[in-house]
Amino acid sequence: MKKTLFLLAAATALAGIAAPANAQGMDKVKACFIYVGPVGDFGWSYQHDQGRLYVEEKLGDKLETAYLESVPEGADSERALERFARSGCNIIFTTSFGYMDATNKVAKDFPDIKFEHATGYKREHPNVATYDSKFFQGRYVIGQIAAKMSKTGSAGYIASFPIPEVVQGINSFMLGAQSVNPEFKLKVVWVNTWFDPGKEADAAKVLLDGGVDILTQHTDSTAPMQVAAERGAYAFGQASEMIAFGPNTQLTSIIDEWGPYYMERITAVLEGTWEQQATWAGMAEGHVVMAPYTNMPDDVKAMAEETEAKITSGEFHPFTGPIKKQDGSEWLAEGQVAEDGELAGLNFYVAGIDDQLPQ
Amino acid sequence: MDMTQAIILTIITAATPLLLAAIGELVVERSGVLNLGVEGMMIMGAVAAFAIAQLTGSAGLGAIGGLVSGMLFSLLFGFLTLTLVANQVATGLALTILGLGLSGMIGESFIGLPGLKLAAIEIPLLSDIPFIGRVLFSQDPIFYTSIIAVFGVSWFLFKSRAGLRLRAIGDNHSSAHALGINVVRTRYLAVMFGGACAGLAGAHLSIVYTPQWVENMTAGRGWIALALVVFASWRPGRALIGAYLFGAVSIGQLFAQSRGIGIPSQLLSALPYLATIAVLVIISLNRRMTLINTPASLGKSFVPER
Repeated sequence: MKKTLFLLAAATALAGIAAPANAQGMDKVKACFIYVGPVGDFGWSYQHDQGRLYVEEKLGDKLETAYLESVPEGADSERALERFARSGCNIIFTTSFGYMDATNKVAKDFPDIKFEHATGYKREHPNVATYDSKFFQGRYVIGQIAAKMSKTGSAGYIASFPIPEVVQGINSFMLGAQSVNPEFKLKVVWVNTWFDPGKEADAAKVLLDGGVDILTQHTDSTAPMQVAAERGAYAFGQASEMIAFGPNTQLTSIIDEWGPYYMERITAVLEGTWEQQATWAGMAEGHVVMAPYTNMPDDVKAMAEETEAKITSGEFHPFTGPIKKQDGSEWLAEGQVAEDGELAGLNFYVAGIDDQLPQ
Repeated sequence: MDMTQAIILTIITAATPLLLAAIGELVVERSGVLNLGVEGMMIMGAVAAFAIAQLTGSAGLGAIGGLVSGMLFSLLFGFLTLTLVANQVATGLALTILGLGLSGMIGESFIGLPGLKLAAIEIPLLSDIPFIGRVLFSQDPIFYTSIIAVFGVSWFLFKSRAGLRLRAIGDNHSSAHALGINVVRTRYLAVMFGGACAGLAGAHLSIVYTPQWVENMTAGRGWIALALVVFASWRPGRALIGAYLFGAVSIGQLFAQSRGIGIPSQLLSALPYLATIAVLVIISLNRRMTLINTPASLGKSFVPER
């Protein structure tokens, strides 16, 4: 089905129907998406696809979309991008960190096409924009919840790759937890994959066997939630609502809402107003949404809601000093707030995390 | 349950699908056929098992459904390579790609549904043995099947007349044909056995390992099973050792990380593969032994002379 969609797109391009994008706006836009996992992962890629469907519904006839799923990061993604670029796409969203170099490389050869790279920081050509969400805002909230709910005073963190986005999450989670329980312990396991239900489940089991009673993950499948449910532990959903996999297990979930952003950017192409930019939006803009707070006492829920409200209003920033680095040196002084630029390249742990960050 | 038991249980869960798929492929390759479609057959088994378990409400029926669908899917490979004598490597790869796509389409309506888990069966008396009972004799039926398959295949290949014929075909299909052995029929049966094993291995993923359906959930396990067959130098006992070694190293590295052992996690993640390569190198040092075990007709098409 999806492959057919792509073939159709290719056929259209061959027939010479596709028109190049121009700055004066256009009647119809073709938006293309590249996903790192299957759209049915029920996590990261699924949420991006929900965003695509959202815009499709809103724009109707003015929009044509195509997508490729399970595109490996690296060389394969470059080929996929080139194929898309030649098939008449006006704007291409590349939705994983590992597409960063490929996106910039292909963008150079196709200056008329707009490229939008998720979670990256390289914008080497005027037709490359980047976008990301401040997931770490949600991580702070769930860190606080974890510290309140854990009987052992510890949580397990299933991490994917040591990139800034993931490191922000781990640090923010830990800072949230420490704000409740300064002695909180965090065990981190790197699985070096975004999506492998079996491996994620293995990591979940190993962490629970090791004595933690709450799990959180920065990988894309629902497997850890399921393991936690089976073992009677608590867990936090990731990227999408995962309550179906743990009705008595999920405390909340950090949901990625891409729809509004995709709507804004695709509309900009339609109107001819698209410009390069780096978007990093969070709770305030509705890009990071917390799933209902469930399976917790009212006071914990109230605390979580209060923190969420403070982050949304801008009253509080998870990375507010005093914060020490893992090695004990000072990072942020009392009251100092981390700058976005620094967070975007974050490559060290805050104090108290009992793990060596892979470099 | 103490931690050692818990970790062994996790290793068993990780190793079972690898072992099953490898044992099936081992028989296929012993008959001289190289089926690279293990990943495709596995994922078909996974989606069928999940779908049937959902529709009938029985995980047991799901497991059987996974086995049967893997077998049916392998018949496609059999028809193309044995009857139409298509290239085995190309057909096997096509089978994997087809399986991944087709399973995604079939499974579309099952995404996001919590699955049924195949219940464990406690073997009376044996499950009461301290330590071992809990680990080895209170398991799901697919685990028992995988162990029985190892011993069964071992007996079949090296102790039975039919197994001798199968190995004869794998070593020299022309001679076997001249002796009056039905090469194509035997190979069909071997391919179907391989498909059934891969299908059941896939079922294990979607109704035991992680009871859910997500596209591409095999995540390359079919390819690891293929490597294990070479690793095992086509001997069932070694496939068992290989699968558990791979499982133990994979889980061991996660465990080491959770304990905060300061080894770079990228290196730890690569360990299972490094271990496999190391053993392969050691095995292949003795070239004569490797040649004795390798089915000489492996991957070669057979056209009976008329």
